[in-house]
Amino acid sequence: MTMHTLSVLVENKPGVLARVSGLFSRRGFNIDSLAVGETENPDVSRITIVVNAESSPLEQVTKQLNKLVNVLKIVELDPQVSVARELLLVKVRADRAARSQVLETVNLFRARVVDVAPDTLTIEATGTPDKLDALLRDLEPYGIKEMVQSGTVAIGRGSRSITAGPALRAA
Amino acid sequence: MTRPTPETLAHSARRARAGAEPATDAAATGRAAAVPAAPAVRQPEPVQLSGAGSLVRSLEALGVDVVFGIPGGAILPAYDPLYDSTVRHILVRHEQGAGHAATGYAQATGRVGVCMATSGPGATNLVTPIADAYMDSVPMVAITGQVARPSIGTDAFQEADIQGITLPITKHNFLVQTAEEIPRVLAEAFHLASTGRPGPVLVDIPKDVLQAQTTFSWPPTLDLPGYRPTLHPHGKQIREAARLMTSARRPVLYVGGGVLKAGATEGLRRLAELTGIPVVTTLMALGAFPDSHRQHLGMPGMHGTVAAVYGLQKADLIVALGARFDDRVTGKLDSFAPDATVVHADIDPAEIGKNRHADVPIVGDAKHVIEELIAAVTTERAAGRPADLGDWWTQLDDLRERYPLGYEEPADGTLSPQYVIERLGKIAGPDAVYVAGVGQHQMWASQFISYEKPGTWLNSGGLGTMGYAVPAAMGAKVGRPDTVVWAIDGDGCFQMTNQELATCALEGIPVKIAVINNGNLGMVRQWQTLFYNERYSNTELGTHKHRIPDFVKLGEALGCVGLRCENAADVDKTIEAAMAINDAPVVIDFVVGKDAMVWPMVAAGTSNDEIMFARGVRPAFDEDDI
Repeated sequence: MTMHTLSVLVENKPGVLARVSGLFSRRGFNIDSLAVGETENPDVSRITIVVNAESSPLEQVTKQLNKLVNVLKIVELDPQVSVARELLLVKVRADRAARSQVLETVNLFRARVVDVAPDTLTIEATGTPDKLDALLRDLEPYGIKEMVQSGTVAIGRGSRSITAGPALRAA
Repeated sequence: MTRPTPETLAHSARRARAGAEPATDAAATGRAAAVPAAPAVRQPEPVQLSGAGSLVRSLEALGVDVVFGIPGGAILPAYDPLYDSTVRHILVRHEQGAGHAATGYAQATGRVGVCMATSGPGATNLVTPIADAYMDSVPMVAITGQVARPSIGTDAFQEADIQGITLPITKHNFLVQTAEEIPRVLAEAFHLASTGRPGPVLVDIPKDVLQAQTTFSWPPTLDLPGYRPTLHPHGKQIREAARLMTSARRPVLYVGGGVLKAGATEGLRRLAELTGIPVVTTLMALGAFPDSHRQHLGMPGMHGTVAAVYGLQKADLIVALGARFDDRVTGKLDSFAPDATVVHADIDPAEIGKNRHADVPIVGDAKHVIEELIAAVTTERAAGRPADLGDWWTQLDDLRERYPLGYEEPADGTLSPQYVIERLGKIAGPDAVYVAGVGQHQMWASQFISYEKPGTWLNSGGLGTMGYAVPAAMGAKVGRPDTVVWAIDGDGCFQMTNQELATCALEGIPVKIAVINNGNLGMVRQWQTLFYNERYSNTELGTHKHRIPDFVKLGEALGCVGLRCENAADVDKTIEAAMAINDAPVVIDFVVGKDAMVWPMVAAGTSNDEIMFARGVRPAFDEDDI
């Protein structure tokens, strides 16, 4: 099994996310991460889905997704030629003794402190899933009180755009 | 025996009213052929009316001639303009009946079938027929009322999230948000239902949207940027398929329901005769290729003919046209047709490679695919010497001769169900429409009636919905009133939906129902006989032992003519008596033996190589052939 990142362009209409996510569960696929947002065209939303699957069942689910009337386009992003990022917010125990060491880790990972309390720091970090995993591993010894992570968002490198094309202009 | 005159009062009164009040607008008078994508009616000048009025005007503009439904609270506004409409509404007795009737209408005519129900239980009662239409790719539009927008999500009286409920069983569905969008949504629903791979589309309309004032103009502009079915196949794939079709030594054309839906049966015949390739037609495709044609091996699958099952199993080339390698056809998938190269043509790309890898995938409408295959095969044959299929035909003919479809007369002297069905097919002939329920009678009806023409065999193939036959026959008869429509039903199936016979009697829909009454849930009983040591848990229905219900009396109570036949000598004259009655529905209680079984059979989950010709009899073909 390998991780695949699908960019699914959909009409920005009520219920579309339920159609897409429902299709995955119905066909027996686990979604590893999912992120939805508007695109440069307010009529079009972009769903980034990371799924762990063999390539042949993935092809089937992609074809089924394509059958959804509200789905405009599906592109599988090749990790070699795309940029993928996640956002992490994490509340770390950091009393006076530990604080400077935690801050050092924050700087090392180019993360930012977004909130300070007497015994905790809240840290914001973006990056690839690997980088965020490494950050968490480094912070773990201090004590992670709470964390929240976004789904992956991803975009292809280079000047080409997957949102160009006649179908999408029509939307 | 009662002979009620069909009470069509409600309908004829409405017709009279429609005639007395001349239609005042173009939409009412200009109702033309149903071409949902390009409606014939133009109403460019917007007119003021209610959302409900807009709905009914849209249906008229789309060329809808009949809607099957039941009113109720949330859909009630729609029934007011419907009262004056040219659209005929047939008041059914249960919403499931409306749904299957819409399906039967669609399957018999090729046009979109329409059903209507209210919110909550009305809508949920449509779930089974919608799922049924989805599995069999039937063009259907279901219109449901919904509670008013401010009440949605509050668990209001008769509220059900029917859009959410039907997400996995519709091709698409809509929850209408404003009255203004009603014409566009209806036009989109009909377009989606009837184009590409057909399927059911649900339109859910809140009551306050139906009541709101709006304007109506026609035609609307469709807004479906994500919907672009591929109709024309890729030339390179067609050429590759044609090359394989002329060089294969053991080819088979595996024909599915898509060929019927595409109206490609005439082309299929030319393709088959041009290539000389044997043809098998699936349960959904019976009638796509004449059963009497020399090249027809019969139906493949669990209860298919030995020749058809063997033909696919030993083929070196399978050309699948509008078929989906369903588990009832392939048996155990791993061992299905191990030596076959597969050409798979379907309008739905997701079907290709879903169950069986396709060596040559072709996406396109079966009609275009077949026409282009004919051209490419002609070119290919002109260029080279096509493979000789003589040996292949010798083997297949030998199997046809040694293992023909047949049945044994019951040892206990009871009436043979296969005989009843066989005689029915002979007497009613190839022009009648046959509608089956689900179970043994369905399989026998597929085996012992000769289907020669498209649209003469309707059944619930994918979902296997018991109770399909009576309402679907009703819908078929409404769509083709000049055709004889026979439902062949089981005593179990019949008890699920026979209430629609009251609808048939009152609305003047003279269908004929042959209840193949073996007193049991016959197919389940057959499995208990074969796989559960003859422990008949909960399969006896009491229609023999106690004659409860008495189907003759039940039929009469529902306004039909009731007949009964209990022995072979009376079969023909009972069928002929039913054929002579055209002013009322007829129910015949054929009391048949309970031990008859459907053969041949590939047991569920086993390989097609394990096909049994009869109980304990395996065809010998592994050693001596090929």
